[in-house]
Amino acid sequence: MFKTRIIKALLAALWFMVLTFPIVGIQVNTTARNINWRWDRIASMGIGIFVLALLWNWCFERKALGLPIIKKLPDSFHYSFNELQNRPLFKKGLPIAILAAMLLMPLVSSIYQTNIMISAMVYVILALGLNIIVGLAGQLVLGYAAFYAVGAYTYGLLYHYFGLTFWACLPLGGLAAVIAGFLLGLPVLGLRGDYLAIVTLGFGEIVRLLLLSQGDITGGPRGISNIPRPSFFGMKMTLDQVTNYTYYLVLAGVLITILVISRLKNSRIGLALQALREDEIACEAMGINTTRIKLTAFMLCSCWAGFAGVIFAAKTTYLNPASFTFMDSAMILSMVVLGGMGSISGVVLAAMLLILAPEYLRAFSEYRMLLFGAVMVLMMIFRPQGIIAGAHRDYHISENIREKASPEDEEGNADSAERASA
Amino acid sequence: MNPVLEVKKLSRYFGGLKAVSEVDLSIAPNEIVALIGPNGAGKTTFFNCITGIYEPSEGEVLLHANGTTTSLNGKKPHAITALGLARTFQNIRLFQEMTVLENVMVGFHCRTSAGIMGALLHTPAALREEQETIDQAYGLLRSVNLHNSYAAKARNLPYGAQRRLEIARALATSPAVLLLDEPAAGMNPFETRELETLVQRIREAHKLCVLLIEHDMNIVMSMSDRIYVMEYGSCIAEGTPMEIRHNPKVIKAYLGEESHA
Amino acid sequence: MEQLLYFFELFFGGLTRGSIYALIALGYTLVYGIIELINFAHGEIYMLGAFTAMVVAGVLGVYGLPSAAILIIAALCAVVWVGAYGFTIEKIAYKPLRGAPRLSPLISAIGMSIFLQNYVILAQTSDFVSFPQLLPELPFLEKIGSIMGESDFIILVTSTATMIALTLFIRYSKTGKAMRATAQNRTMALLLGIDANKIISMTFIIGSALAAIGGVLIAAHMGQINFAIGFLAGMKAFTAAVLGGIGSVPGAMVGGLVLGLCESFTTGYFSGDYEDVLSFGILVLILVLRPDGILGKAKVQKV
Repeated sequence: MFKTRIIKALLAALWFMVLTFPIVGIQVNTTARNINWRWDRIASMGIGIFVLALLWNWCFERKALGLPIIKKLPDSFHYSFNELQNRPLFKKGLPIAILAAMLLMPLVSSIYQTNIMISAMVYVILALGLNIIVGLAGQLVLGYAAFYAVGAYTYGLLYHYFGLTFWACLPLGGLAAVIAGFLLGLPVLGLRGDYLAIVTLGFGEIVRLLLLSQGDITGGPRGISNIPRPSFFGMKMTLDQVTNYTYYLVLAGVLITILVISRLKNSRIGLALQALREDEIACEAMGINTTRIKLTAFMLCSCWAGFAGVIFAAKTTYLNPASFTFMDSAMILSMVVLGGMGSISGVVLAAMLLILAPEYLRAFSEYRMLLFGAVMVLMMIFRPQGIIAGAHRDYHISENIREKASPEDEEGNADSAERASA
Repeated sequence: MNPVLEVKKLSRYFGGLKAVSEVDLSIAPNEIVALIGPNGAGKTTFFNCITGIYEPSEGEVLLHANGTTTSLNGKKPHAITALGLARTFQNIRLFQEMTVLENVMVGFHCRTSAGIMGALLHTPAALREEQETIDQAYGLLRSVNLHNSYAAKARNLPYGAQRRLEIARALATSPAVLLLDEPAAGMNPFETRELETLVQRIREAHKLCVLLIEHDMNIVMSMSDRIYVMEYGSCIAEGTPMEIRHNPKVIKAYLGEESHA
Repeated sequence: MEQLLYFFELFFGGLTRGSIYALIALGYTLVYGIIELINFAHGEIYMLGAFTAMVVAGVLGVYGLPSAAILIIAALCAVVWVGAYGFTIEKIAYKPLRGAPRLSPLISAIGMSIFLQNYVILAQTSDFVSFPQLLPELPFLEKIGSIMGESDFIILVTSTATMIALTLFIRYSKTGKAMRATAQNRTMALLLGIDANKIISMTFIIGSALAAIGGVLIAAHMGQINFAIGFLAGMKAFTAAVLGGIGSVPGAMVGGLVLGLCESFTTGYFSGDYEDVLSFGILVLILVLRPDGILGKAKVQKV
């Protein structure tokens, strides 16, 4: 058993060394006509793949046995953790502690740090917005950056041509994105899942290409610069103050988003969206107008992207089409995938992780997109529910309903076996 | 008595193939009607035409419910459900990752009205409606004896219980006609008997009529008021269980083999 | 006369582009036909083909082989290696997801696509690299040189030959027949003793090899490549596949040519600015209006 595993891993290592040899092992300078043979890289590739192959096989063996990939913690620990989780102090205390830390952070951190945190939180808003349509409704949308761009450019252009302020543009940006979402959503939301993904991707690219080519209006690849930061009743603020102000603004945005999404998730509409994700035909058979509900979700999600776009424009003060590529859409999607479709805390955590980790681990930043890609593949294979699976709500059933013994029960039907097992 | 559901000369073609051809069918209030026939006779296609998944090629489907008559031709499945026609599926289609209670709550969607704003602002009306939905869903679960596992995920229920949950979910849409597609498939004899009493109880409690497709002859013969027999897309016989049992055409086409088996 | 010449120039330019799109589109269509997956990483396969050929050609160029020999060896290496990439990618990213919800393999494919782009950035470079000038001079083209260059001619001949070979392979070889059977009905093919896993692997290898040929041809034609060329080419080829009806082999060929001609004529007679917008526009419109394509048949959904 052990021996076959080693042999398998060795073969995999050999296979990958040969496979990656031309791209990894050779670098040619065609003009200077010299070849750089990089045997060291091939060797480390072999060692790396050997280890990974062992891990890979081990993971599959565990998956086949139905075991979790990461060993469960010992029962005693698990028990005490559950205990802790259920304590009111922990349940209420943890969010309050996190919130307090978030509130205090800009007071102690540098502008640079605060700015990083602001961009991470903008991504949290974006990822939670995308989570409505991808996570809750199960509709894969690949052109999310387009709606983000619509919001951002709404602010950029309205400021540039009409001098409108951030606060005037925030609702307008959301509105513009909703209109874009409606116009795209109406014809395409009837499409099958994978076609919908591609159509939205096509739409996203069209928006970006139009922003590029309509240089007279949008500034083309140069974009729009000198967009003002958010204002506070026309007060003059130093850079330090305005950064902190933006920080609190975005933090409030995150909190509102979390509130909205969690309420939506548990509502009548949210349940219908989840049903849609689970089984579209059965959902339709429950009397739910799937096209309309999809459109609702799509518009809400694009609205959120629009808000985030306006905030992004105000934060960076500079816009160009390069910020709204397919890679940006894919990055936000990978946050939703990593976090767990439909899981709010998971998506928040994943967005923070994916933005902050490359900022603080410099060595890691070069490999950032490589890892995003790998994460998407691995999550789908080993943990499709994400790092934190969506929690189920506890429903409260009215006492009188719960207590009431139904007449059917008294008839003494033959369900006792079932009841015993339940 | 006037029928609740009336199907007139319904046909459905796929290319040159006549999957269903000129089938007439009607169901009176409070009646349990069975649709039987060998595999591939077109029973499920017939169901799909009535419920709007396929558009009928010819013929008409009329629903007489709530004092009005509506043609179901060309209506979308969700609109048909809202008019009072609910169904279950041959291969169970529950919302697997959702809880048992949530599955039934989804069924109430077309009978409730809370919108996005109500949900986001937690308006009193929306909250009240939600609590009513929860309670009614729990009540339905009790009537199919699943109330004790209301918080379980649907996928974790045993097979027979999943079938009953599908029925409860269909009942949540408050139908006038309930269509059951092979409800006893894969059940053991004990569960089948349970199902029989359940369907009869539902008919009484909810004042509805039932159309079912079923292969299990025992359950069909003992519970249905009338039976339609389909073969090669056409309806070859119609009558009470006793009449069907003695219909030479049916014996030849279908029951003949069964009774020897 | 001038106008007619210009028309033919655009026409052959469109055919050249179109045949490349068709080569890549075949990979999408073959895979979709068998496992109903949009192999999002297919554009990256094409890009890997161009890079492998560039590296091999570079090495051989330093040792001073004749350019025609270099081109053939580089193309063969690209086909072999990229076929192996296709095989490996399927084993890692798609095989474990058989039977998973429909969107899981698509997300996995998107992940794979991002991974491969960055793999090339890290292993080679994120800049454009020049592809050696390897195409032989063809004196007999001099007379019509204004409407068709050497590279156009070679691309047209090679891709036509490849597509004929593929058609014959699918129609007459044992593997080809098994592929068609699997595409029509996987369960039935399984019952008849066809090893579905083997067929799926074969499909990925063949599709990748076709994309590699496309990659080498376009790299030789354009003269420079970078890690991102796969995305746009992949999207356009996918458009071509959908245009012809995804899953249909002749459809992919026709779709590729139609798209190539459309692009060439709009660029030539209107403006080059909207070339990419046009193909994405076609993609969106065709999916919305006629998702089964020009040659595809509408499918009945089973309940």
